[in-house]
Amino acid sequence: MMYAVVVGALLVSLCLLLVRALLGPTVFDRALAGNAVGTMAMLLLAIFQFVSGRPEFVDLALVYGLLNIVGTIAVQKFFRYGDLGEPGVADEEHRL
Amino acid sequence: MSAAIDILSMILMGAGGVFCVIGAFGVLRMPGFYTRMHAASVIDTLGASLIIVGLVLQSGFTLASGKLLILWLLIFFCSPTASHSLANAAHRRGVTPWQPDQGAKSSSKN
Amino acid sequence: MHRFHSISVVISLFVFWLVLSGYFTPFLVTVGLVSSVLVVLFAHRMSVIDREGHPLEFRAGVWSYWPWLVVEIVKSAWTVSKLIVHPRLPITPTMTRVKMSQTSAVGQVTYANSITLTPGTISVAIEGDEILVHALTQAGAEDLAGGEMDRRVSACEARA
Repeated sequence: MMYAVVVGALLVSLCLLLVRALLGPTVFDRALAGNAVGTMAMLLLAIFQFVSGRPEFVDLALVYGLLNIVGTIAVQKFFRYGDLGEPGVADEEHRL
Repeated sequence: MSAAIDILSMILMGAGGVFCVIGAFGVLRMPGFYTRMHAASVIDTLGASLIIVGLVLQSGFTLASGKLLILWLLIFFCSPTASHSLANAAHRRGVTPWQPDQGAKSSSKN
Repeated sequence: MHRFHSISVVISLFVFWLVLSGYFTPFLVTVGLVSSVLVVLFAHRMSVIDREGHPLEFRAGVWSYWPWLVVEIVKSAWTVSKLIVHPRLPITPTMTRVKMSQTSAVGQVTYANSITLTPGTISVAIEGDEILVHALTQAGAEDLAGGEMDRRVSACEARA
């Protein structure tokens, strides 16, 4: 019962984020919504561990989190260097 | 004792769910890319943390708690990295910040 | 110091293995220990292990910094949530530049990540010793310009 409330809240926010991902005027809005959807998925997997009583699901949540950050960084890198990209100049500016 | 912990964890998870909904609503409502990002960071920090703390209270002192703490650390370290990289990419690609006086040009449908 | 550093990496990896595996049979524990040692050896051969990936010198100051950061995050997340549900959406987005006084890369990353982690402020770009910050409200930008977070990160860096 108590999990149902939290899962319901997470699903509602998932829907709101999906609407933003569909509307999103720029590609970065979509990537942002996608990243947040990934966080939602991690939390849902972590909760599902307790609903189903199978502790493997938190491992899936960890892997999902790693894939989530790799995916976000891949998307931002593609759209940062993709078609406007002049890697030499950008690399010089990007001295982190 | 166990009932008290149950109630506490229920309250924490409920609050986390509420903050997730608020954050998602903010992502939908805010005008402009950078302002949406602030709403998303509410989800990543407070929403996720409260839900994970509630789950840790549920599982007690077990290995599952350790994994949940690792999950929390992962969110804590990786979400600002992802946010910064997205903001940086948007900045380099010339996404201009939304200003109140520029009107409804880039605002959402609310 | 170099050896001490490697041993600490091995221990961290081994604890990580134990938490993730959850089986404590002698065979699996031995396999975990051997693979942690091998990973560190290979990493040394590839020179991908350094002070930045495993910043030992940060461990002392971090324990006083994190609780403060968590309190800050909760406070500003509450502020941002109130702004989001406010019917008129009273936001005043600003871009500001913030000086950072940290010298090491780890300190700078900690400061920039703390700024991003606090809802209401996002570090957009790093230019020299300044961070370009986007703040949701004018008040948030002024809070950050007050420099308390900067001082705390520097203090925790100096305790090395």
